[in-house]
Formats: sequence, C-alpha cells, structure tokens
Amino acid sequence: MAEDVKEESVASNDESDRAASDGSLSNTVNKGSCLLRRMEICVAEAEKRSGKNAVSMQETYTVYLVETRPMDAIAEGRNPPPDSLWRRYSEFELLRNYLIVTYPYIVVPPLPEKRAEFVWHKLSADNMDPDFVERRRIGLENFLLRVASHPVLSNNEMLYQFLTKEHGWKEMVYETGFQTKVQVCNSAFCHHWDVLYYNSFSLLQRVADRLYAVYKVHGNYGRVFSEWSAIEKEMGDGLQSAGHHMDAYAASVDDILEEEEHYADQLKEYLSYAEALRAVCRKHELSQFELEMASQDLISKKQQREELATGIVHTFSLKGMTNKLFGQEAPEQREAKLNLLEELIAEGEETVKEKTAECDEHAEKAWADIVRFKDQKDKDLKEAFINYALMQISMCKKGIQVWSNAKECFLKM
Amino acid sequence: KKLGIVMSGAKVPADISGHMLDLDEEEDLEVFSKGNPMPNSPDSMVNQFRLDEENEEEQQGAINKDIFVTVDNPESHISAIETFITYRVVTRTTRSEFDSSKYEVRRRYQDFLWLKSRLEENYPTLIVHPLPEKFVMKSMVERFNDDFIETRRKALHRFLNRITEHPILSCSHHFKVFLTEEELAPLRKLGPGFLSRMSETMRAMANSVRGLRSKLEEFAIMQEYVDDFSNNMCSVDKVTHRITKEHREYMDELKQYGPTYFHWAESEELLAEPLKGVGSCVEKCSKETEEQIQYLSEVLVPTLHEYVLCADTLKAVMRRRDNIQAEFEAKNEALASKTTDKEMEVDDLADRVEQANNALRGDWSRWRTSMRADLKSAFISTAAKNVDYYEKVSLTYWFLFRLRKEAT
Repeated sequence: MAEDVKEESVASNDESDRAASDGSLSNTVNKGSCLLRRMEICVAEAEKRSGKNAVSMQETYTVYLVETRPMDAIAEGRNPPPDSLWRRYSEFELLRNYLIVTYPYIVVPPLPEKRAEFVWHKLSADNMDPDFVERRRIGLENFLLRVASHPVLSNNEMLYQFLTKEHGWKEMVYETGFQTKVQVCNSAFCHHWDVLYYNSFSLLQRVADRLYAVYKVHGNYGRVFSEWSAIEKEMGDGLQSAGHHMDAYAASVDDILEEEEHYADQLKEYLSYAEALRAVCRKHELSQFELEMASQDLISKKQQREELATGIVHTFSLKGMTNKLFGQEAPEQREAKLNLLEELIAEGEETVKEKTAECDEHAEKAWADIVRFKDQKDKDLKEAFINYALMQISMCKKGIQVWSNAKECFLKM
Repeated sequence: KKLGIVMSGAKVPADISGHMLDLDEEEDLEVFSKGNPMPNSPDSMVNQFRLDEENEEEQQGAINKDIFVTVDNPESHISAIETFITYRVVTRTTRSEFDSSKYEVRRRYQDFLWLKSRLEENYPTLIVHPLPEKFVMKSMVERFNDDFIETRRKALHRFLNRITEHPILSCSHHFKVFLTEEELAPLRKLGPGFLSRMSETMRAMANSVRGLRSKLEEFAIMQEYVDDFSNNMCSVDKVTHRITKEHREYMDELKQYGPTYFHWAESEELLAEPLKGVGSCVEKCSKETEEQIQYLSEVLVPTLHEYVLCADTLKAVMRRRDNIQAEFEAKNEALASKTTDKEMEVDDLADRVEQANNALRGDWSRWRTSMRADLKSAFISTAAKNVDYYEKVSLTYWFLFRLRKEAT
C-alpha cells in the first residue's frame, strides 16, 4: 500500500503542477488525485514533553499525535490500527513554510496561533493551558485536512513524508534548499492584517469579557437573597428560590462563552487565510516586476546594439560624447562588443520568454486558487454567521427561561 | 366616585373639626364604622387602626383615597444669597378639614425636611417613608443636574403619597399646613426651638447610656430584624449597582463591536450582506441593552435605595421608642427610691410608653406589608423586563437566521 502511494505521489513539483493543470482548474476539489482520498488523517492527541533544545536549555513543549490510515483498507471493512507519529508545532510551521515557498501561487491554509496571545478571561497567556492546547490540536488537524484535500498541495512529497516519516523528516526538508527561494518579506500588509485582527478580535474578546461579568455578578443575588430570606416569613421562600435561579443564570455563561470562542476561532482562521491570499498576490506582483525588469534590460541592450551597428547615437551617453570628441574606437573592439551584446540579447530574450511564461502560468494558477479560496471562504463564513445567529438565539432562550422562572418566584414572595 | 368618611356623631379629634360629609357607598360605611365611635384621642385612634388591620388587604384594595397629591414642575430660583429648586405640589381632596378641594403651592427641599421632622416629633414611633437624601456624594455631584432633579422629584412625590396613604399621618395638622399654606418659610422658623430639640437629644443620649431595664421581647426581635434588614438591603442595593455598572460597560463594548462588521463588509463582495446583517443585529442588541439599563435605573435602583433609607428610619424609630421607655423607667425608679413624688408624671410617661408601643406595633405590620409589595413589584418588573429584552434580541437574530437560510 505504501509503495503504491509513493509511486503515485510525484517527487518533482513541476510535474505535479502539470498533472493538476491537465486535470482541471475548476473550483471543485479534485479529489481524484488528492491525498485525503487515499488516506485518513487526524491529529488525535497532545502530550507534554521536556527535553534539551538547540542551546542545551531544558524546555517543556507540546507534541501532537498525527495518525494516518489507508482509506481502501477502511473501505474494505478492515480496521487496521493507524500509523502514527509525534510532531511539534514547529514542524508544522516548517512544513507550511516549505509549501509557501514551493507553491508561491497557492493560497496555503493557515496554522493556528503560535502563542496563546488572546486568551479568554484567564489570568495569563499560557501555551500549556489545556484549552489552548485543545484548540490548537483542532487547528492543526484542520490545516492537515485542508492541505491534503488541495488539488495541488496534496501531491507534495514532503507532505507525505511529514505524515509518515517520524525521524529525519526535518533534515529532508532542509536538504531541498527551499530557504534560498524565500521571497520578499511582506511587512507592509502584515501591519494591515494586524490592525484588522486587532479590531475584530480584541473587541470580540472584550464583549465576551463584559458579558461574562454581567452574568457572574448576578450570582451575588443568589447569596444575598439567601441571607435575606432567612429573616423574612412570607417572602423567604420566593427569595430563596429566585436566588437559585440567579445562581443558574450566572453559571450559564460558561457554555455561552465556549461557543463564542469557537466562533472567534472560525473568524480568526479566515482572517489569517486572507494573509496567505495577499501573499499570493504580492508574489504575483513580484513576478510581473521581474518580467518588466528583464524586458527593460532587453530593450536597452537592443538599443545599444543598434547604436553600435549604425553609429547613430539616439540616446545621450558619456561614451557617445567622448567618441565624438576623441574619435571612435577600433573596429575590432566594436566587433567584440557587438558579439558580446548579441549573446546577452539572446540570453535576455530567453529570460523574457521564461519570465513571461512564468507570469502567465502564475496568473492562471493563482487566479484559479483564489477563486477556489473565495468560494470556500464565502461558504464557510456564511455558515459561521448562521451558527452565530443560532447561538445568540439559544442564549436568549436560556435567558428567557431563567428570568421567567425568577419572575414566578418573585410572584410567590 | 366621591368617597366620604362617616361621622357617627361622637367627638372628633382636633384635626377633623366636626363637618359631616356625604356618604356614597355602603362599603365605605362598612369599613369606616366598624362598630367603634370615631376616635377622640391619639390612643383610641391607634386602637381603631389596629382593628382595621385585619381588613388591611380590603382597605388597600378598595383604594378609598380621598386625598391626592402630586409633585412636579421643578423650577430653579436664583437669588443673591442662594440658588435652589422648588417643586409644585398639587393637592386634590374631599376631606372636610380642608377648606378647598384643590391646592397648589411651591415647596423646596427644606420644606419637606420640616414636614418630616414635625411628623417624627408628633408621631415618634410611626414609620415615615424616607425622604431622598440631602446630598448624593457618589455619582451626581451636580445639584442641578436634570437627572438628579428628576430622581429627587419622584422620590418627593412618593414621600408625600405614602403619607396620604397612612391613616394617621395623613390627618396630621402639619401635613395639612404643608399642603395648603402659601408661604411655609415663616412657619418653619416657629415650632419647637433649637433649645428644646437640644434638650430632647441630650435626654435621649443620657437614657441610652443608662440602657433599658427590660425590653419586651417583641421589640428585641423587631430590633434584630431591623439590623438584619438593613444589612440585607445594603447588600442587595450594592449588587444591583454593580449589575448596572457591568451592563453599562457591556453596552459600551457592543457599541464599538458592531461597526467592525460594517467595516469588514466594505472589503467583501458576497459576504457583505451577511456581515452587515450580523452588524445590525449587534447594534440592535446594544440598543436593547441601553433600554434595559434605563429601566433598571428607573425601577429597581430607586426602590432598593429607598428601602436602604427605610432601614435607617426604622432604626431611628426603634431608638425613639427605646428613649420613651427609658425616660419612663428613669422617673419610675426615681419614684421608687423616693427621690421624687411626681406620681402623675410617671403615670403620664407610662401612658406615653403604652401609646408609643401600640403605635409602633400597628405601623410595623403595615410597613412590612407595603415593603413586601414594593420590593416584590420591583423585582417582578425587573424579571419581566429581562425576559422582554431576551425576546427582542432573540427575534432580531432569528430574522437574520431566516434571511441567511433562505439565501443559501
């Protein structure tokens, strides 16, 4: 089974790209060639480890269990135990960075937060916090599922090795030399993304914090009513039972907040997806820029050739002037220059041809992937908003119930 | 419907000077002439009242009010010396002791204070509903802030209305003066002088130092209740203030949160509509929260505040009762140890104690009943408002859900 998979998965990136482009550039996921069809993937567990890091300091970190099972075995009804290996967050990051560099025109799915920066009403941001670890586990699984269902990315060899080869995978990735291909740092729009992120999420979190406070403060009514009911005859029972409802009201906010957290994670995911999208656009711009440079270079070289050949100077140059003043150079020198120029022009034309092809290819593929991403995003987020509405309705229903009950108790006072 | 008090020809108390009023309803006859002649002394008045206690529910239900008072129309008066606010006090009544059926006067806070202290003096162990505070340290420092004036006006209105509902206090001479006299200032300056008030305070202090010989158990229980009630009211009041504060902060955040969706919608195409939808739901939610806060501050907060003040009133009433008893005990002891022979005086004081205790007993259950009614009503309204709030918010999101469902 493993050998089959290996044969099908292609080592060279270009080949796999061509395979995909021959297939279809449509928006739908071409599951026929994607990894997820052949393999069931999940991030099952998380565990704490400690060990010595690169600078020989003791550190604690979390590892995640990546499990895979062959799909055909499952389909046949056999239930083989999964193959599994442990991966750290940094290894997921490495995989993603590799994919980003290797497929510059693909919107690579995002990873969950590196650090627990935005934690919901907890005292400190702790990477070891069980809630954070759990949310991260889910995020990592989503990442793998998305990559493995992508028509192009899923065929990548390093991805397959990530899922199957526990030891030596990192070295293998470094050996590809992908770091040298790293493109321009996108610092400008990172700032923009941070601002958007800050606005939406810090506010979402602040709203959640405030809501939490409102609910919890009502819990004090429970205590106070209980004390008060002790001294009242007719009102005692009503107060006491109303107090219990206040306690229930205060407790109900924990579930509500858990759901809001989930919603926030969904929004967050797509906002960071947007970052990847912008990266693709910038890379395309860069390609175009390089093409322009190459074209300009070619044009100027051709002009130089013309000037040399005809002796007519169209553009002002110091060399031209000195030639006029002090006489032109010897014919042998001119000959040599001309030959060199011809070579450079030939090279330049090749370069321009290559770059043009590259640009066109990038444009086509990037566009296809962007459209695919947009559709997916629109679909996912619409659903997220529907769920948000449902969540709010459910929260209101609970509120109605609690306060109706409280009202009944007050009526008995 | 005109209500009347029936006079059965017996001697009447000083306030109600021998007018015969029309009788309209058989029920009124039933209620007011329970077989007893009209009281001719404060003591028998109280006895009358205590018997009527059994029909309290009936009484309050029948709303046989014959005097209606409103407080409104605050105006500021600026003079060289001072600036103050006056309120218009309008009285409509069919009571015989009033020459006219309608009165309109302007009163300032000091006038209300005067009325309260006169009532407390004349009826030391009756429970007078509290006045709004002289100063509010915490939030509204500005005396002439509109909210402050409105809150005060409402509290003054309630103060006077509680008096009209009180069978004894509403017949007070000073109350009538307060409602009818054009100028109260000259009268304010008369009355028990500063010195006599001082001596009373000193006597009270001396008595409290001596301590009471024996306190009837019922009053000891009452005292304990008053102390506990005071603590409980303060706690409930504090919690409610905290809740209002948290609600406000929640609303402030919602007001900022909503616009981020509209902002985001600007850079979207297909998602623009759903985003705007969510944004407007959040906006609606913040408006509803605002309304909820408003309601809370107008209904629950003032009621709880008044009962915090009531607790202080009760404590004062208990103290006054104790002083009356202490005074009697002091003179009684003096008599027993033969340092004085003023038996008459001791008898009078004994009577006074008896009256004070009875008055308090009567008013106590009356007060308990109205306290229960007030607080119960305030909490019920609050709960109902909260239900209403959640229903409105839920409806808003439901529409969004339906819209989105149809769109997909």
